[in-house]
Amino acid sequence: MGFDFNVILSKQDALVSGIGMTIFVWVVGTLFAAVIGFVIATARRYGGVIVDKALTVPIEVIRGTPFLVQLFLLYFGGPYIGLSLDALPAGLLALSIYGAAYFAEIFRAGYQSVPPGHVEAAECLGFTRIQIIRNILLPEMALLVIPPSVNMAIILLKETALLSLITVPEMTMTASAIGSQEYAFVEAMVLIALVYWVLVELAGLLGRLAEKKLSRYRLAKA
Amino acid sequence: MSWKLFNLLLEASLMTIFVSTVSILIGLFLAILLSAANLSGIRPLQWFAKFFISFFRGTPLLVQLLLLYNLLPVVGIQIPSLVTAIIGLSICTAAYQAENLRGGFEGVPTGLVESADMAGFSPVQTFFHIRVPIALRLTLPALINEAILILKASSLVSVVGLIELTRMAQNLVASTFMPLEIYASAGLIYLVINLVVATAGRQLERRLPGVGGK
Repeated sequence: MGFDFNVILSKQDALVSGIGMTIFVWVVGTLFAAVIGFVIATARRYGGVIVDKALTVPIEVIRGTPFLVQLFLLYFGGPYIGLSLDALPAGLLALSIYGAAYFAEIFRAGYQSVPPGHVEAAECLGFTRIQIIRNILLPEMALLVIPPSVNMAIILLKETALLSLITVPEMTMTASAIGSQEYAFVEAMVLIALVYWVLVELAGLLGRLAEKKLSRYRLAKA
Repeated sequence: MSWKLFNLLLEASLMTIFVSTVSILIGLFLAILLSAANLSGIRPLQWFAKFFISFFRGTPLLVQLLLLYNLLPVVGIQIPSLVTAIIGLSICTAAYQAENLRGGFEGVPTGLVESADMAGFSPVQTFFHIRVPIALRLTLPALINEAILILKASSLVSVVGLIELTRMAQNLVASTFMPLEIYASAGLIYLVINLVVATAGRQLERRLPGVGGK
């Protein structure tokens, strides 16, 4: 036996497009997930007890089941209830919903961390609800919310590999295909493992930078 | 969907539970060894532990499993898919558990370690009799969390050919064309298992004595 990485590297066009697809799905999926998660957390805060309780159930179901099963349920089961999606939109949707359940919890913790006195003070000054969220709650929770959000983004990056199982042409799928064609599967997997690793480390680095930059807004301990 | 199909899923979930439990325990053992390497003060060992933890936390489990599954035959190792699955999951969870344990080891009161030294414990004895039990107690919530993550991640070992809950669901879908019912049932079974683990974990945390009045 011997390992030959040149065979794989000669297919760089396909690999690069796979890597591009992974990054696209990751970035878009994470953004959707964060936005939906934020909306859910906000609805739970302001929507009253019934909305709060009603939203707990889907969040717990999504957090308690494997992403792979959710993905298969949506992609293969969807058409039976009139939801026929191509691989890419199905993958993006599944990733966004999955991530949203976790982001909802992250933002809930963020909302809870803001001292009620600040919100009450803003109310007394005549701030509207939107203004309170934008000018008081979001900036004050930002520092607390960033580390778990970066963590979640990293988890979602790794979960994008599963989209290969529903034939989204991201890098695990492209690398598997090239690897099987060229009889160099191990080399292909090693190569993309390294790419994932670099992306994960980069994301972590960016997160730490953002945290550092925001740390001057840290609230004084009362 | 008939009860017969649901029963097949239930039977397959036993394999999920078995693989996850064994992997978590092996992973915990490996994680303790990695922590020992970290605390040993020996540079090459520390580098190895750092590399190991960073690599396996930084790459998708699916890629790790595909790599392992295809690497073993190339280097001339033939093992059943059950063993491949357990090796893959154990190594991955070891990296995550080692990272969790790091916090636990930092939380071990220095006074206890110093007392053990004074009482004539060797560094190895101090590690296994003082540091490990306290670190484990401190990181119990993280361990339970990890158990739930591994139960969910075990759905990926279907790619190495092991028939566990997810693979069984895939097989049943292929023969019955009822993806909606079957995947929803599989999800339900995962959910119930995870709820049981989470509840049992909370009970355990409440019953066990704390460390240092916490």
